[in-house]
Amino acid sequence: MGPLVPDIISANLNYIVALLIGICFGAILEQAGFSTSKKLVGLFYGYDFTVLRVFFTAGIVAMVGVMGLIHFGLLDINLVYINPTFVWSAIIGGIIMGAGFIIGGFCPGTSICAAAIGKIDAMIFILGSLVGVLIFAEGYSLFEPLYKAANLGNPRIFETLNISQNLFAFLMVSVALIAFYFVTLIESKVNKREVVFVKLSRENGLIILSGALLLIFSLLFTDRKADLLNLVNDDNFVKNYSIDEITPDEFAFRLVCENCERMQIIDFRNKKEYDKWSLPRSTHFTVDNLFEKEPNLFLKIKGSIKVFVANKEITEKKAAIIARRLGYKRIMILKGGLDEFNKEILQFEPIAKPQNIKEINLNRFRLQVKEEINRLIKENKPKGPVEKKQKRALGGC
Amino acid sequence: MNETKYMNPYLAGLLLGILLLTTIYITGRGLGASGAIKSFTVATVEAIAQSHTSSTKFYQEYSKEHQGTSPLMNWLVFEIVGVLIGAFLSGLVSNRLNLKFEKGPNATRNARLIGAFLGGVLWGIGSQLGRGCTSGAALSGMAVMSTGGILTMICIFGGAYGFAYFFRKLWL
Repeated sequence: MGPLVPDIISANLNYIVALLIGICFGAILEQAGFSTSKKLVGLFYGYDFTVLRVFFTAGIVAMVGVMGLIHFGLLDINLVYINPTFVWSAIIGGIIMGAGFIIGGFCPGTSICAAAIGKIDAMIFILGSLVGVLIFAEGYSLFEPLYKAANLGNPRIFETLNISQNLFAFLMVSVALIAFYFVTLIESKVNKREVVFVKLSRENGLIILSGALLLIFSLLFTDRKADLLNLVNDDNFVKNYSIDEITPDEFAFRLVCENCERMQIIDFRNKKEYDKWSLPRSTHFTVDNLFEKEPNLFLKIKGSIKVFVANKEITEKKAAIIARRLGYKRIMILKGGLDEFNKEILQFEPIAKPQNIKEINLNRFRLQVKEEINRLIKENKPKGPVEKKQKRALGGC
Repeated sequence: MNETKYMNPYLAGLLLGILLLTTIYITGRGLGASGAIKSFTVATVEAIAQSHTSSTKFYQEYSKEHQGTSPLMNWLVFEIVGVLIGAFLSGLVSNRLNLKFEKGPNATRNARLIGAFLGGVLWGIGSQLGRGCTSGAALSGMAVMSTGGILTMICIFGGAYGFAYFFRKLWL
């Protein structure tokens, strides 16, 4: 599961990755024509919309791609840098950059490309941008109130607008495709050319096909988490779903058994209850953890069964269904939940007058494991929640 | 030799989108540019006036965020060095390498000179306020659907359209 940094790709190797990504970035920008200011500002006077085409194509491809990675469980979005939202500084900063774009003819990335192939105006622009940062740094006390005002955290646009992720993506892709069509008309008009877009060539066919595919994917790549949570919301569905169960007696036996197959206990009660008492070697989990990268590794440990426990069996079952759907194997639930386990084992009252050998054995077994497990619980220091050392990547500027 | 034609913009966009997606998948962060300029500025000021950086709030906050390392040991700095190499190689392959001062057909040399410098200054300030530029805030923000990133994107392009009329003599 991505991101691959820092566990699969180390922090140091990441610098090499940065260099390689940069080389591709620079080459693509230069090949697209972003190394000349005349082409860049063409967008704002209607004679050349290259920037709009490249920028929006890249934006929608990456956006739908990110949705796809999340949909197929290949990326933990909680570890990805989401640019924070400081409303006023985003707006005013953006407008200042807009002015800089039209006055300077570049943006920082493109100025570096242009300077690399020898554009002197770009080198002057870069010099200016260094001075700009310096002005911001030295005048920080003046900028700071604006810089830090109206902090909304790291919301994502569909949350802010309160619409589904797919709807937003669909609208965004549609707007981009419609814009591509109209800017071609505008371009032809401004440059007093015949409209060339309508010509049906193989190239145009491919572009239209790709656009249609992006539109379809923007609807198909649903948020897997929302889907699964929705699925287990249906009580009937959950009831009819079959998940392997482990009986309280078997569970108790395994808790005290030393040579049995390894058992991982995953506790889905809330943190407060878990902190009060917990089973030996159990790990605290939330349903959210099931979708995250590091908890993920924990559930992938081979050669052990994973028993999901919670007070109510239905809670266990919901979590187990999600885990199964996410592809985890050997998931079991504790029959009757911890409520039943408490009653049958931890607070077992022996049958007063056992009638037959079966009841005598039951009394004997349960009294023994009751004492043993209660001792283990007392000695047990909760392991706490599943380990999550990785933090969101640091990005932005 | 003549310059090679530019790439089809949709193809370039597709490649750029795939690159950005790969970057997010590998590193958990997007592309950027202005962050490297910031690192470079901080490193320069640090080298010239050490006592100044340790007593000024902006630099203090910067070193707190990027603890223990030189400002140049930064992901974006490496990326931007890559951009320089990549663009240079691309220019070399397509015969576009030459020292050239570019300006609009009716703009004077001085106007373009001042414009380029002033535009850079505005980007320097604006990208700090916006916490990123066209790459770091607008493009990468759009890919991860960040509200702030998309807001900044709208304001950059909206702002440029708004000001375009007043500076038409520079370009048309």
